[in-house]
Amino acid sequence: MTSVTTSAGRKPGPTSLFGYRINAVGVVGALIVTFWIVVAFAAPMIIPHPVGDIVDTDYFGPMSRELWLGSDYLGRDMTSRILMGARYTLGISVASVIIAGASGVTLGMIAAITGGVVDMVLSRLLDALSSIPSKLFSLVVVAAVGSSIPVLIVTMAVIYIPGAYRFARALAVNINTMDFVVVARIRGESLWYLIRAEILPNIIGPVLVDLGLRFVFIVLLLSGMSFLGLGVRPPYADWGALVRENIGGLPYAAPAVIFPSLAIASLTIAINLLIDNLPTKIRDREAS
Amino acid sequence: MKHRIVSLVLSRLALALVTAIIVSFAVFFATAMLPGDTATILLGQAATPEAVEGLRKAMHLDDPAIFRFLRWLAGVVHGDLGVSYANNMPVAKLIGGRLINTLKLAGLTAVIAVPLALTLGITAAMLRNTLYDRCLTIAIIGVVSVPEFMIATLAVLLFAVYLNWLPAVSFTSEIRTVHDFARAYAMPVVTLTIVISAQMIRMSRAAVVETLNTPYVEMALLKGASRGRIVLRHALPNALGPIVNAVALSLSYLLGGVIIVETIFNYPGVAKLMVDAVSTRDLPLIQSCAIIFCFGFLLLTTTADVIAILSNPRLR
Repeated sequence: MTSVTTSAGRKPGPTSLFGYRINAVGVVGALIVTFWIVVAFAAPMIIPHPVGDIVDTDYFGPMSRELWLGSDYLGRDMTSRILMGARYTLGISVASVIIAGASGVTLGMIAAITGGVVDMVLSRLLDALSSIPSKLFSLVVVAAVGSSIPVLIVTMAVIYIPGAYRFARALAVNINTMDFVVVARIRGESLWYLIRAEILPNIIGPVLVDLGLRFVFIVLLLSGMSFLGLGVRPPYADWGALVRENIGGLPYAAPAVIFPSLAIASLTIAINLLIDNLPTKIRDREAS
Repeated sequence: MKHRIVSLVLSRLALALVTAIIVSFAVFFATAMLPGDTATILLGQAATPEAVEGLRKAMHLDDPAIFRFLRWLAGVVHGDLGVSYANNMPVAKLIGGRLINTLKLAGLTAVIAVPLALTLGITAAMLRNTLYDRCLTIAIIGVVSVPEFMIATLAVLLFAVYLNWLPAVSFTSEIRTVHDFARAYAMPVVTLTIVISAQMIRMSRAAVVETLNTPYVEMALLKGASRGRIVLRHALPNALGPIVNAVALSLSYLLGGVIIVETIFNYPGVAKLMVDAVSTRDLPLIQSCAIIFCFGFLLLTTTADVIAILSNPRLR
């Protein structure tokens, strides 16, 4: 990432993607994200050593031709562990962002269309939910039910529902007052029809962008929890758990503790860069 | 108009109170209603059914949940937070000293981070689109998109491993001189400062940029006022509300930060206590810590909102 991004004044770049113009920084972001997605799918086929095998005689080994990213605290191959870790970090985060997005956005649209008491109760409840700090919420849940991958997915989904709800509701309220929605209501269309055919198509762009940002927060929260030892548990390891396992190598600046951190940073920064450089056309419908 | 502002503030405070009740309800239920019978956990697997039954009676575990919640809430209000499962000490006693430690850490961070972040944010807004502004923006994107533990890790790598200025991951309780104090606090404070400054710089920059785009600032520019005068005399007083709002909101990020930072640096604060309590499933302790954090968070966000209302000149 050598090129420079500016949040103000987006220049139309040379590249075009799906008919949209997108600049070089955005393309770099997209490439990095694509890279990690491919890795997450292909990990078992491309890892040089099985993740559990001890292949180095030394622990916290340095980078070498044999072991590209050195070895971990037991002498296991870091390259393989990071590539496999992509599955957990991406998989869990994608699952929770889909659940959070689907429920939050649906509830938001229902609240906007129905209005009245439904709207008020939903908004109050979800506001209260969002006034519990996210890390704290997941700590409490892990304390109560223990940590497993399904629990993590659901917990993080619940944490990010209020945000998705508020965003979708704010957009849907604006669309809801438009003539074509009023007409559809007069025709007597059902709530489900209004959501699917009238509201959703008009807010989907900004909503997806917002979910992209939420995905970043989920990745960060998941890594944080795993780092505390309360997220993904051995024998599985996501990137946060890899940092935790190898934190003992920190005083020696072992690659085993640096590279999983870099993996997280590369993914989240790439998503941010990609979203920051998306064409305004997709980014915010309200502005146009 | 005075009347309107008072009623707005009051309704915001009422909302905060309602939220506080819902939140304590949620925390209580999340911890108390979920699987695992408290009496069985306390007495262990080998306990006789009679002993478990007796303890359930003594702890009022068979009462309807709502009564237990109210009893617990009444206890919290009176400062009785219950007894820790792990070592039978009153929770209030366990938390007391730890809370002071956490507040010390948070206070020290705020004292350093707020002036630093505001200076950077406001100057970045003044020098919009210069190299300085762009570098700062990139640095902020970098900081907000990596996990807190990574910033802590990098700080350790830089200051302890490469520069060798400070001890790596360790916290000594013996603080006698200023030197000891600096060595113990430097790393946690630096990490937290970076984490919350990023948000604060971003928000205060946005607030000042917004006021710089208003017609009266353009007017000041046209009448020939200097750049410094425009920002300090014309723009800043009007951006003050949003900036203070931004400060209060950013400080609420401290809560997420301290959980990670206290764990990494082994700092004896409430967050560390809570993380430890989670691994031992010490429910009364977790409940109390959670409530403290939630109320702290609520206090900061409510303050931010009230300041935003008070500083809106249209309501004055």
